[in-house]
Amino acid sequence: MSDQIIQMENVNKWFDDFQVLKDINLEVRQKQRIVVCGPSGSGKSTLIRCINRLEEHQKGKIVVDGIELSENTKNIEQVRAEVGMVFQQFNLFPHLSILDNCSLAPIWVKKIPKKQAEEQALKELEKVQILDQAKKFPGQLSGGQQQRAAIARALCMEPKIMLFDEPTSALDPEMIKEVLDAMVNLAKAGMTMIVVTHEMGFAKEVADEVIFMDEGMIVEKAATKEFFANPKSDRTKLFLSQIL
Amino acid sequence: MIKRLNFLGTPSRDKLNLFISIGVFLFVLGIADVILNSFFEINITSILPRLFNYFTPLIFGFIGLHYIRIEFSGNRILDNLNKNINSNWFNAVLSLLIIFVLIQNIPPLLNWLFFDANFVGETKEECTGSGACWIFIKTWFPRFIYGLYPNAEIWRINLTFLMLIALVISGFFVPPKIKKYIIIFLLFIFPFIAINLISGGNFGLEWVETTAWGGLSLTFIISIFALLFCFPIGMFLALGRRSLAPVIRYSSIGFIEFWRGVPLITVLFMASVMMPMFLPDGTYMDKLVRVIIAITLFEAAYMAEVIRGGLQALPRGQYDAGKSLGMGYWRMHLLVILPQALKLVIPGIANTFLALVKDTPLILVVGLLELVGMIDMAKSNPDWLGFATEGYIFAGIVFWIICYSMSRYSQSLERKYKTDR
Repeated sequence: MSDQIIQMENVNKWFDDFQVLKDINLEVRQKQRIVVCGPSGSGKSTLIRCINRLEEHQKGKIVVDGIELSENTKNIEQVRAEVGMVFQQFNLFPHLSILDNCSLAPIWVKKIPKKQAEEQALKELEKVQILDQAKKFPGQLSGGQQQRAAIARALCMEPKIMLFDEPTSALDPEMIKEVLDAMVNLAKAGMTMIVVTHEMGFAKEVADEVIFMDEGMIVEKAATKEFFANPKSDRTKLFLSQIL
Repeated sequence: MIKRLNFLGTPSRDKLNLFISIGVFLFVLGIADVILNSFFEINITSILPRLFNYFTPLIFGFIGLHYIRIEFSGNRILDNLNKNINSNWFNAVLSLLIIFVLIQNIPPLLNWLFFDANFVGETKEECTGSGACWIFIKTWFPRFIYGLYPNAEIWRINLTFLMLIALVISGFFVPPKIKKYIIIFLLFIFPFIAINLISGGNFGLEWVETTAWGGLSLTFIISIFALLFCFPIGMFLALGRRSLAPVIRYSSIGFIEFWRGVPLITVLFMASVMMPMFLPDGTYMDKLVRVIIAITLFEAAYMAEVIRGGLQALPRGQYDAGKSLGMGYWRMHLLVILPQALKLVIPGIANTFLALVKDTPLILVVGLLELVGMIDMAKSNPDWLGFATEGYIFAGIVFWIICYSMSRYSQSLERKYKTDR
């Protein structure tokens, strides 16, 4: 298919002797929204961290937007500039204001003039509804606001793909919704997204496909409705019965 | 028995005035006893046995403080006093002892420093008082500041340091846009102007050998240059030690451990005696330059470890976030990692800088005479023998002022860059 944007073939990864990813095959098309779920330690985070090479895979092939991930650092930086990532712990830069957090990479990586980068940052901050916090520092914001700022920061690089690594797991329950709302809006705008999450409500609402992982393998991969209505493997059934 | 002796009962609010007046009376009696004893040689308690009357001030004061110790007395001054220096019997004894030591020592010290000291005059013979002879410092003052620099050329040193001070002060008051240029000028252009002006040899300025430089101005010259260079070198070494490339990592580790492992005195001797032997024939490097290089590399090793401590303290998520935004190694470090790491280790950096400034007198061993070296020379001058104490007190005060202001500045930087709540 021509609109494939991520392609993973037989990807294997080890941490020392422990195999975290076993023969992962995955294809993601443009504008597709995929939710990855599974028990902790199943390799979900490692999988999406491999996509922008925050983790290196040892065997197999990963192609992102036509660029194969290899030792070549230029390729990696190019891929990373096109793939936005949102982390569980927000990872905002605490020494910079929210606005500077958002405009830093566009100015220094994409070489956009400062004024233009800041205008764009303000636009993205408005989209996630924290325009009024732009001048504050990350330490002065609530968890939900920080995570939305992190989403805005990633969007400022105008990525083609967004990766979310358990974006709501470190948040208080009442803040989860504001972050999920921002993500739903992003999905509606047609962004390609891969989301690692335990929020099954979010999965049902926006995902095209759900992937269930366990022990480093993709156990089940199905269209969202199918996944929740008729899970095929017993392991998936057990997991769903525990979290739903 | 004890109950009967304590005929007034436990100190309480009910009889506040009675207890306070007795307590204050005894306390004042104790202090008066010490003062009379040490300055007027009158012993008001001489009727008591000798061993006992030695401790009478302490006993008077102790009982006095015991009577004053009334909780929630309602008197704010008394409550503060009780909370801070009289909270229990142990604190009361410590407070009393400190007060007694101060009473006995402060007046003689002030006498020596000021009241019996000699300020006016030109020669040693005019120092007739029993106190300090500040004439010594006054006479030698130009030497302490400028070393053996020719008197006629001293304006060049003055001009250089005035320019430096003016630039630094203007840096604080101009808008950020101009400030950037001032900092660049200060770091990259001014050092050359300064060296040219002080050493001379061109633009019609008379050449002054570095061996003639000295005193406080030399202390500043060495400190400033060493500070300027050791910081970036330390930064690269710290990054190098964390590098994934074995060649860079092991050479950084080797460099750091070598310089941290040898004493500064050895390094200075090596720089002044051994290094010329390794230089190719015909090349000549000034001794002062060699010494500055030695001190710089020595302190850079310490600086590297301080900065590495800051790098170590940053969570991995910061690296992940930098990378995920497409930043390469240098952009990530310059924009994200180092600003945070350096902020964390401001106290450590200030520590290393202070140590550097205080290490400069060691260059005495290779024959360069900065402030302490000049004092050493002055005190062994046949006309001015016997004034070592004054000299060293002067040096101590000067170094203390320099180091304390650096320390205050580092604290203000810490506050300025504090962005978390």
